[in-house]
Amino acid sequence: MFNYLEYVREKNLPHIWCSGCGDGIVLKALIRAIKKLGISKDEAVMVSGIGCASRTAGYIDINTLHTTHGRAIAFATGVKLAKPNLHVIVVTGDGDATAIGGNHYIHAARRNIDLTVLLYNNFIYGMTGGQVSPTTPRGKMASTAPFGNLEPSFNIAGLAQAAGASFVALGDVYHVQQLDKLIAAALQKKGFSVVEILTPCPTAYGRRNKQATPVDMMNWLKDNVILKDKLDKMTEDEKADKIASGVLWDVEKPEFTAEYDKLIARLKAEKQAKE
Amino acid sequence: MSKSPTGKIVMMQGNDACAEGAIWAGCRFFAGYPITPSSEIAEYLVRKLPRIGGKFIQMEDEIAAMGAIIGASLAGVKALTATSGPGFSLKQENLGHAVMAEVPCVVVDVQRGGPSTGTPTLPAQMDMQQARWGSHGDHGVIALSAASAQEMFEQTIRAFNLAETYMTPVILLFDEIVGHMTERMVLPEEGSVEIVNRRQPEKSPDKYLPYEKTENGIPILANFGTGYRYNVTGLCHDDSGFPTNDSKKIEANILHLTEKIERHRKDIIRWRELYLDGAEVAVFAYGGVARSARRAVKECREAGIKAGLFEPTTIWPFPSEEILDIAGRVKAFVVPELNLGQMAREVELAAKCRAEIHKVNRVDGDPITPQQIVDKIREVV
Repeated sequence: MFNYLEYVREKNLPHIWCSGCGDGIVLKALIRAIKKLGISKDEAVMVSGIGCASRTAGYIDINTLHTTHGRAIAFATGVKLAKPNLHVIVVTGDGDATAIGGNHYIHAARRNIDLTVLLYNNFIYGMTGGQVSPTTPRGKMASTAPFGNLEPSFNIAGLAQAAGASFVALGDVYHVQQLDKLIAAALQKKGFSVVEILTPCPTAYGRRNKQATPVDMMNWLKDNVILKDKLDKMTEDEKADKIASGVLWDVEKPEFTAEYDKLIARLKAEKQAKE
Repeated sequence: MSKSPTGKIVMMQGNDACAEGAIWAGCRFFAGYPITPSSEIAEYLVRKLPRIGGKFIQMEDEIAAMGAIIGASLAGVKALTATSGPGFSLKQENLGHAVMAEVPCVVVDVQRGGPSTGTPTLPAQMDMQQARWGSHGDHGVIALSAASAQEMFEQTIRAFNLAETYMTPVILLFDEIVGHMTERMVLPEEGSVEIVNRRQPEKSPDKYLPYEKTENGIPILANFGTGYRYNVTGLCHDDSGFPTNDSKKIEANILHLTEKIERHRKDIIRWRELYLDGAEVAVFAYGGVARSARRAVKECREAGIKAGLFEPTTIWPFPSEEILDIAGRVKAFVVPELNLGQMAREVELAAKCRAEIHKVNRVDGDPITPQQIVDKIREVV
């Protein structure tokens, strides 16, 4: 039996997430990945923003930094650049990372700084009561889209890829074994890594959008999140509304903090050569 | 700081002196965003820091730069950012996070004219109250000013020392006059400058509470990665660092953020005086304007007018007790400022109607001349 309590701050339980929320499933997947990779709790740092996803930081027993809305990646950049030996994990949501924090998201990807970003996408602002987010699909209902969302949504995995990330994956809380593997791969990747994780919000999203129960939402994930390789073989009709999962992008490129350390070494060598 | 430091004589621009002071203070991390008239601080540190094992990063915006220095500081590295009015406005939310989470760091604001884009290349002192009340919520603030390149160097060191002592962000309220002025200054001898480094816990990790108050009322935050795994948050929290909704603990949290500064006013507040003994009129001036004020009171004394100067080098907490004391001895205060009276209102509050308050204000982008101050003093006496 896997002992989650080794990694959980038990005194802070029960957690604040609603019944049917998927955020706890992500936390457990992350813990399994950390354990599997043997990452030291003392050298792991979680930096989070504001929102339901970001409250993960309160429950995991590593160094945790709960910051301001949208800014987790900026704070995490400071932690990582100051002490590159630390393993820095950013936990954020769709509104946090791609609306108010969108600038930090794309620039950290461009910089290719070694952060692992777990981006929980529940298609809504959950904590504030169900307002429309940059990932709410067009036509869906939200408290601030009572006539249906008029705006197109972001492809947030594609955004990270286009901006320069070295690893981009998409998983969901129904296909949990796959999620474990994706998080582990992202943690191991040296460079800016994003795992977009689809997770249900029955309270703020489902009940407004004909997915009234957590089971309905899980079934939706089961039926619509399809492995990229499998999806590629499907006809255009079959592909409609389906979402590609798995590793979507994985390339090797120079990582920012390593490049900075090389600069320090170069300047030191030049100075010694002069003396 | 010694009044006449001994060491190497150099010509330095104020902004460069600030950057050099940061290095002397032990700062090894800078995150910033380009903005006039503070960019020289970034341009100085980008060259210096990697040569001494430090890190520099130009962030995507002002908000990110403020966030990055908080992150670096929690990792145990002294960190600085520098900006001007518009950027200082953008930093306010994360500055509040550093206040709430008690993370030491230093924020330089080389002031220019506002509101909005205002006058990027001209001097002003328009962020004096923004430094005090710019971020939401009640809390204490430490802010320092400087009137010379030498003082920008020294005050930057002092800002880091105060930040580490009181576990708080410290704001350096400079202005374009001093920031862009190149003048003679003295770099002290190696090892002659007092540097305060962050305390680290002596308790074992299982007994450690990050926000437990120590004998001076200030908590000790362990550097990330040293075996003390704790939570940092901008939410109201208790000594454990975890969020709380307990009304008693919320109140204790908020009161602490003001009291930890107020309780140490005597240590934090510094000022200079010139001819205040027996003065009928006290000029209250700071930063670049204090240079004109010194000349003005000297001219007045030479003309037989009893004028003196109170020059605060700590802006916040405000030296209210000192002003009240002077108010009982003078007829009036003359307060020249490159704004419409942001600190004059503090002088007025502190003086409790015991002395008249006369303002000299300039918001046209030009400095206040000694003659303008002399004219006002003559009018008052």
